[in-house]
Amino acid sequence: MTQAFRIENGGLINRDKKLSFKFNGKTYLGYEGDTLASALLANGVHLVGRSFKYHRPRGFFGAGVDEPYAVVQLFRNGETEPNIKATEQELFEGLEAKSVNCWPSVNFDIGAINNFLKIFLPAGFYYKTFMWPKSFWYRIYEPFIRKAAGLGVASTKHDKERYEHKYEYCDLLIAGSGPSGLAGAYAAAKNGAKVILAEDKPRFGGSLLTSDVNIGNQSGKDWAEGIIAELKTMPNVVVKNRSQIFGYYDHNMLVMSEKVSDHLPSTKKYHPNKRLWYIRAKEVLISSGSIERPIVFGNNDTPGVMLSSAAKEYLKVYGVLVGRKPLVFTNNDSGYETAVEFKKHGVDPVVLDSRKNPESEIIDEAKNLGINIKNSYVVVAAQGYKKVKSADIASISEDKKQLGKIENIQCDCICVSGFWTPTIHLASQSGNKTKFKEDIDAFVPGQSKQNEITLGAANGVFSLEETLKTSFTAGSELSKKITENDNKIAIPNVVEKKSSQHDKFWCVPLPKGKNYKRFLDFQNDVAVSDVEIALREGYRSIEHVKRYTTLGMATDQGKTSNLNGLQLVSEIENKVVPAVGHTTFRPPYTPVSIGAIVGREVGKHSKPTRKSPMHSWHEKNNAVFVDAGVWLRPRYYKRGNENLFEGSKREAKNVRTNVGVCDVTTLGKIDIKGPDAAELLNRVYTNAWLKLPVGKARYGVMLREDGIVMDDGTTTRISENHYHMTTTTAQAANVLSHLEYYLQLVWPELNVNVVSTTEQWAGAAIAGPKSRDLLQKLFPNSDVSNEGLPFMGYMEGDLFGAKARIYRISFSGELAYEVNVESDYGNFMWEKIIEVGEEFNIQPYGTEALSTLRIEMGHVAGSELDGRTIPFDNALEGLVSKKKDFIGKRSLQRSAFIAEDRQRIVGVVPLDKQTSIPEGSHLVKDDKAPLPNPKLGHISASCWSVEYDNPFSLAILKDGKNMIGQKLFAMSPLKNKVIPVEIVSSHYVDPKGERVRS
Amino acid sequence: MLYINCPHCGMRSQNEFSYGGDASVKRPELNKEVSDQEWDNFVYNRKSLRGKHLELWQHISGCRQWIKVERDTATHEIFRTFKADEEVA
Repeated sequence: MTQAFRIENGGLINRDKKLSFKFNGKTYLGYEGDTLASALLANGVHLVGRSFKYHRPRGFFGAGVDEPYAVVQLFRNGETEPNIKATEQELFEGLEAKSVNCWPSVNFDIGAINNFLKIFLPAGFYYKTFMWPKSFWYRIYEPFIRKAAGLGVASTKHDKERYEHKYEYCDLLIAGSGPSGLAGAYAAAKNGAKVILAEDKPRFGGSLLTSDVNIGNQSGKDWAEGIIAELKTMPNVVVKNRSQIFGYYDHNMLVMSEKVSDHLPSTKKYHPNKRLWYIRAKEVLISSGSIERPIVFGNNDTPGVMLSSAAKEYLKVYGVLVGRKPLVFTNNDSGYETAVEFKKHGVDPVVLDSRKNPESEIIDEAKNLGINIKNSYVVVAAQGYKKVKSADIASISEDKKQLGKIENIQCDCICVSGFWTPTIHLASQSGNKTKFKEDIDAFVPGQSKQNEITLGAANGVFSLEETLKTSFTAGSELSKKITENDNKIAIPNVVEKKSSQHDKFWCVPLPKGKNYKRFLDFQNDVAVSDVEIALREGYRSIEHVKRYTTLGMATDQGKTSNLNGLQLVSEIENKVVPAVGHTTFRPPYTPVSIGAIVGREVGKHSKPTRKSPMHSWHEKNNAVFVDAGVWLRPRYYKRGNENLFEGSKREAKNVRTNVGVCDVTTLGKIDIKGPDAAELLNRVYTNAWLKLPVGKARYGVMLREDGIVMDDGTTTRISENHYHMTTTTAQAANVLSHLEYYLQLVWPELNVNVVSTTEQWAGAAIAGPKSRDLLQKLFPNSDVSNEGLPFMGYMEGDLFGAKARIYRISFSGELAYEVNVESDYGNFMWEKIIEVGEEFNIQPYGTEALSTLRIEMGHVAGSELDGRTIPFDNALEGLVSKKKDFIGKRSLQRSAFIAEDRQRIVGVVPLDKQTSIPEGSHLVKDDKAPLPNPKLGHISASCWSVEYDNPFSLAILKDGKNMIGQKLFAMSPLKNKVIPVEIVSSHYVDPKGERVRS
Repeated sequence: MLYINCPHCGMRSQNEFSYGGDASVKRPELNKEVSDQEWDNFVYNRKSLRGKHLELWQHISGCRQWIKVERDTATHEIFRTFKADEEVA
């Protein structure tokens, strides 16, 4: 394919490097430095997609972030990405892209039938039509709309690309590298400030790349190149292209998305695809420039209609003619710059200017070049379906209400300029209340809210000379405050053309008898008539109008449509634009990849993985792991073809008959030291702690101030002023914060220190009737007899040279011990226990057996201490001191907590002794009762009792105290089960607790 | 993301901290008679203020100290921060 619309010379592309790429299956050629858009235009391709609602043909409207149409599906290196703007995507060798929102093809699109039905699809159509009948929503309407809506298709595959996050701090952050950004950065850098200059495009320079100006006796472009080259050599300056600052957040934090690899055929090794920068800046200079706005006329969405600035950019940057018979439609001087560029390249444009007698330097230049200019003329409608073929034009009266006789002139593109809209998104996001500037018909930032200043075109200043002056000064002043340097910089002389006043005209009236669609929002197909309907139906707030019509929504967020929408509302409502106000500017300014937002926190990196020191042993011995918070714990140790049920039953049974060992390293551990340590425990636990002797452990329950159980665990008095507290695995961090809260804020007079030692100790629970025999062999020099180490006793021991702490505590209900050694000896301890335990038939057991053992003993755990239960509910009221005060005690007097029929833990056994009861099942009196069946309680934990060889569950049941012996039903609609059950004591095994003391 | 001046560590980003509620609430002393209403006020009743608010934060991924932060709930402006034992004038 030849690049028929590429001019001979000129542009900033690299003509020595040809690139081939595919669009909709067809191969084309472009140059290095092209965007997908410029390369397609060079090949004369104007049809790139179909519109959102009516599936009308879509071309290119802009040349950058403001592009509302040219959204494509990109294929790169085996991956696909939706909603890529062709105007932003840089060309690389082998690029592949496809049109979106069309089927079966962009040339023949079945959805385009909507275009002929368009009178049926006005604003609010979906809201009004798909309301009833209600039952149709899920089955018919919703799937249909889903299929019809949306632009690209997200990949369902795992994203192989890597994304990074970076945190940065700087003195001055500058958004945009146009004249204002360059001047500000240069001045601040010369004062030694730490500067970050961000440019969203590949090339620095902003408007200087396309405008015909001189700075310091060189062209604007050359001046910009010189400044950038110098900034890059300075160690205090970071210069970033392809980097969009998309959000301004609290306390001067801005977020920037850097496209590291999107311009390459594939991401380089060890490089991320994108990098998200969180930048905390002392000062921010917003030099984000402005976006040209369209003039609204009939069929103004036809491919070939585009912004005049875009046409100029395609010509000057990419050497591409967007047409050979251009029509320029303008209400200000900018259109003439485009016309002059066309003329210089041998193309004859026609200029329609809505103004009557404009005079300025650029207009004179255009006249001198012999360009055909028609004053007081407008485009009434574009003609042509998939491409502009001609235009209906007419003269317009001074009041802009009457059109003259309609003439048709041939043209192949229409370049529109409706003046300029400052890009105020970042300033507005910072909290800056914007103000309306009458002389430019647009909003500009008002009083600075955070440490931000907006300069240049973004502030509504379109004179280069003034922009440079204010920006150099601002860069100096802002940096002087921070670095206290004051290096003067001479402001270069500027040669630019003075502009004349633009015309406030923005919308061409409909000629009599014509019903052209005049689009405001091109991406969402919102036309003038849609906004009129919304207002007629009573929508007043601009925010409501936006949501009802979708004006300014979608991926371009109304960059080209907002102001014209406001103009229309203000005209109909007979208000001034500032009284209508604008919708809120929310981040992100441009779409940001979800991958970039997530960063490295994907897959196993989405959270830390904690492993005990014995983890590798577990792995070697066929442990099947389970997530316990962020810990990985063995669930059971698989033997042969065992499943979870069989394996855990075997392990639990072995604990009840012989001895088992369980890795309990994950339990939270808090070291408590200080003369007032006992007093602290006495205040945070419900039971009494002042008289616990050294060398003894005690079980304790902690409440929140509202009386709900927060956590339970044992705490051991290691020495006079030294305690070792254990918490549940899940609550470890919360309990530490809880203790710190009371020590630091409520009782600062207590002399106590608390610190987490969870990682310092490896723990092994040794449980079963043979555990003492094993312990004796592990610690031959210690007296571990029932007298020497009684239940809830503590001693220190020597484990083959490793210092160990031995606690006689039990969670399984069996005679049991817990041995702790320093983490580095954890694996050594474990291997010794297994080795020495062999003669006692020791088996390791996992969390599933651990649960079974505690459930049949009626010991509570996280599933009962679920943030909704008080001590009584868990049969722990015996641990609630009546004598002393403690955290949460006063709340226990609440009437609901002392009600006669208060919920309480019970045991539940299925009548058939066969059917396991799903956890979460509801307990009801009558399984046939009409819904909603009154719930009496719920199953909190279920197991297969190894003691009795039948299913057993725990439940929290209303009036549980008086329900023992009752027959109820356990219902699980999720599992579709109804199980007749009997309520029994929660202490199913060894109710007197004799084994632990044996 | 807020930028909070920890009185112990200096300026740190919000993600190092966890929020701890209204700092003006005083826990009734232990072992004292407390009426239902007083207790209710202490445990549950909070004013949802718009404007200047004294609140607790813990520098949980830093020095682990609980601090008091005077912040505007509408604008997020932080005026002053205090150590746990500092009196707020």
